Order: sequence, then C-alpha cells, then structure tokens
Amino acid sequence: MHTLEQIKDRIAAAFPGVPLEVIPNASPANQASLLLPPGRAREIAKFLRDEPELRFDYASNVTGVDWPEKTVKEKVKVKKIIDGVEKEAEELAERKTPAFLEAVYHLYSMALGQGPLIIRLRTGNRTDRVALPSLTPVWRSCEFQEREIFDLFGIEFEGHPDLRRILMWDNFADHPMRKDYVPAEPEEAQP
Amino acid sequence: MIAAPPEPQAPGLGDFANHDLLEVSMGPHHPSTHGVFRMNVVLDGERVVKLTPVFGYLHRNHEKIAEKNSYLASIPYTDRLDYICSMTNNWAYVLSVEKLAGLMVAERAEYIRVIVAELTRLFNHACLAGFLLQDMGALGTPLMYAFREREKILDLFESLSGSRMMCNYMRFGGCRCDLPAGWREQAAKVAADFVFFLDQFEALLSENEILRARSEGVGVLPRGLAVNAGVTGPGLRASGVNYDVRKVDRYGIYDRFKFRVPLGERGDVFDRYMVRILEMRESVKILDQALRDIPAGAIMDPKVKLRNLRPKPGEAYGRIESPKGELGFYLISDGGPTPWRYRVRPPSLINLTVLEDMCLGHTIADVVIILGSIDIVLGEVDR
Repeated sequence: MHTLEQIKDRIAAAFPGVPLEVIPNASPANQASLLLPPGRAREIAKFLRDEPELRFDYASNVTGVDWPEKTVKEKVKVKKIIDGVEKEAEELAERKTPAFLEAVYHLYSMALGQGPLIIRLRTGNRTDRVALPSLTPVWRSCEFQEREIFDLFGIEFEGHPDLRRILMWDNFADHPMRKDYVPAEPEEAQP
Repeated sequence: MIAAPPEPQAPGLGDFANHDLLEVSMGPHHPSTHGVFRMNVVLDGERVVKLTPVFGYLHRNHEKIAEKNSYLASIPYTDRLDYICSMTNNWAYVLSVEKLAGLMVAERAEYIRVIVAELTRLFNHACLAGFLLQDMGALGTPLMYAFREREKILDLFESLSGSRMMCNYMRFGGCRCDLPAGWREQAAKVAADFVFFLDQFEALLSENEILRARSEGVGVLPRGLAVNAGVTGPGLRASGVNYDVRKVDRYGIYDRFKFRVPLGERGDVFDRYMVRILEMRESVKILDQALRDIPAGAIMDPKVKLRNLRPKPGEAYGRIESPKGELGFYLISDGGPTPWRYRVRPPSLINLTVLEDMCLGHTIADVVIILGSIDIVLGEVDR
C-alpha cells in the first residue's frame, strides 16, 4: 500500500519537472488528492495504470465539481504606525479565489488491492478555457462518466471517442449541475 | 441468378448502404429493457453490427436536488435510485456521510445493516434470475417463484420500516428504529426457507438444456476488458476477477463473517447467472451468522446529531458492494448545511459501458438476455 506522497515521488521521478500538488482534505475521511497538470495527465494516467508496483487498473468514480469565484475574508497581519509607534495589527483582507471546473477521478487497483488514489484536473476558467484531456483511452470506465461531466458541467474532454450529451437531450443549451444554473421557465401547456 | 451473400465487414456507417442493414430502435418502451432504456441496434439479418445505448428518459437530476437539500433530507431520496434495493442505497449514502463527518455507528445497527443488505441481495439476485428466464422465454413461472420469495422478505422490511420498497431506514450513526418483536426469528426462518427455494430453483433451471443452450458462450466479457471498463459486481466476478468490496474494504463489520466470493470462468451469460445463484447461498451464510450474533443495545450512536448536520469542509468517497456492483457516494462539504457536491457512482450505468462489446455478432434475441444478465435499474442509470 503506497501513501500519496510515495506515489507523488514516483510520478515526479518518472516525469521530471512536472508540477504536482497535493490537495489536502481536512475531513475525517483523510482522502487527500493529487492535482495533475492537464497537459501531461494522460501520460501520467498511463504510468499509474501500467507501473508494476502501482497498477491502478480500475477508475471507479469520475465526476465534475464546479468552483465559481468566491470571496474569502482572511485576517492579515499588517504593520501600522499607531501613535508614532510601529505595531502589528490584524486587518480583514478580501481575496478572490479563481473560478474553475474540476474533474475528479477515484482510482483503485484490483490487481494489488490498493486505493483510492484521487487525481484532479482543473480547467483554466469556467467560460472559454474548459478543455481537459480525456482519460477514456486509458480507462474505458470513464467513457459514460466523462460524457456526463460534459453534459452536466460543460467540461470538453479532448480525445474522447464519443463526446455527446448523455442525460439531457441533444439540443439542450446549458449545463444544469453548475452552481449558477437557472432553469428555464416551463413552457405553457397548449390548450 | 442468386447473388452471393455479402462478406461480413467491420461495422461502420459507410458500409450500411451496401448491405440490407436494418436500424432498429429497441425501447424505450420494450418489455425486455427493464425500464425506459433504449438501444439503437443496427442489424445485418439477425446479427448485431452496431449498438448504441440511449439514456436519460428517467433523468431528474437527483444530484442537483440533493445539493439543495440538507444531508438528512437526501436519505429518503436515495431509495429512488435503485428502487429494487432501497436498503443498500441508504447504506452507501449514510456510510459516506459518516466518513465525511467522522461519525461512529452503534454496534447493533451494524448488524441490522448487514442483515437487511444481505436480504436485499437475496431478492435482487432471485428476481434477476427470474427476469433473465423471462427474457429467454420461460414466461411467468420462474419470475413468479422468485417474486413469491421476494414477497416474504418485503414483508420483513415492511414490519421493520413501515414500507415495502421505499424503506428510508438507515440514519447517520445507526438505524431509524429497532427490530420489532419476533422479527429476528421470522428472518431466520425466511433465510432457512430460502435455501430450499434455491435448491428447487436450481433443480428446475441450472441443468436445464434450453437455459444452457441459450446462455453458454453468449455475451462473453473478457477479464481484461471487464476491469478496464469498470464493470463491478457479479458481472465482474463472472469474468473471473476476485473483487468484492465487502472483502476489499471490509466496510461495516464484514470482517466478522465467514463467506466466500464465487467466481466464474468464461464470463458468459450462464456464468453471470450461476455466480448470482452461488452468491445467494453465501448471503444466506452471512445472514445465519449475523442473526445468531446480533447483540442487544442501542441502535443509534448517542453522539450523532441528525438535524443541522454541518460536516467540516472536506470530502469523502464511500462505497459498498450493492447487489448490482460498486455503489459509491462522493460528497464535498464546504461547512454548510447542504453538500457542495453530491455524486452517485451508479454501477448500473457503468456496467453498460461494455454492452456493445458483448452484443456484437450475436442475434437480437441474445441482446435481450445479455442486457438482462447485466442487471440494470433505470432509476439508477439515469438518476
């Protein structure tokens, strides 16, 4: 059983210079995840699947998450001159988190019985840079789930064999699972 | 002069004009699709050359609704996912919330959960075998035998939870109500009788020549493809992969019971039928042990607060071995009263990934039994 840090080191050894980031998880589930750069994601996924000591041959759960822009209020220590003396004071500062869409993959190894390894891919923003590489060529189980993310979140998976809407109808325009989705007014029934 | 029949070619839309290919829309209203599921099948004579599944007729955006509800309010809604097996849906969801919020579960409730989940597995597999035989043309009888047994278990569920199918029974940290008087003895009797039913069912069917001729060698799913395509549950094990979440994760208290995981060899329709029959026998063994060992005590952990549950920011993925495969829930909390992200990993949908691979080259009548052997419920496929 490998820890996330060990897996990260293995990837870093096989792909020198690739930025990898561990996303911590504060909940008691203690399932931290690994953020991969989209450009190299498919190579890394193949490595995770085929490396004899990792063998993550089974992509169980694939899903999207929508992260719109949020304003976070933080306490920041600022040096201020109060009554002629320099002192440290706390101030509330507002910081905006960038908006993006995220694809999350839960990987397990059926061969070695380990997991879950959680990997994440992030888009550039929520509007025009929403393409990510499809991992369906690596794991067939992503096929319908990536179609579902495309349908409900609007992430475009490059290299997916059959990227169409799966649950909504073909000429539906919006992406219902996004946080800012407003359903259209129901059409009035014809008498 | 009679023209020679065309050579079989690899399927592709460009070839369709050359032969007499027929495109059939099978479903959404077709008795063999087990709900509102559609397949666009391209046929060369009776042989399938292309099959495209079409989803979404029962889509109600379950996940969006759950993201607007409190954690507690989603429990009854999970009953409607796989509406045959509401108990296992409840369990997968409460297990994920317990992981997310770090809650403990009362000892007695763990036993009750195992008991109701294994009872669910019994009648799900029995009904699936009945439906499969119905699809093969054994009209009525095997299905009614299975439904007779199912009714006994649904009576148990009704006396326990108040509802036959939409049980809404589990809660974070335990179960909603304790076993009524005499329930345990009644359940033990149902489990003991189930073995006789299985013997009778198998005597009629497992060696039946028609069943074997129809199902052996049909819809073969190779082991490597099954793993890569994320097939789980009896369909995976029929292809010879030893992977059962009850054994791998040992969630709940499954490490306390002795049971085996039946495996198939060829991965055809008959193996998928047979693995389910053998799994039912193992479930009866688990039931015997759980009903014998269940301790007295509280059914809810006293520290758990059901209402206004606000887990700390973070995420959790919990999964169980539902009768249909790996049922998982992925939850992200932002610290608020509703989940920021609520995702169901539906085994029925993902097991359908390989439907086309299994059907190519077989006849349209075999498509019906191959689909029947996968075991789908559309409430879960479309969500």
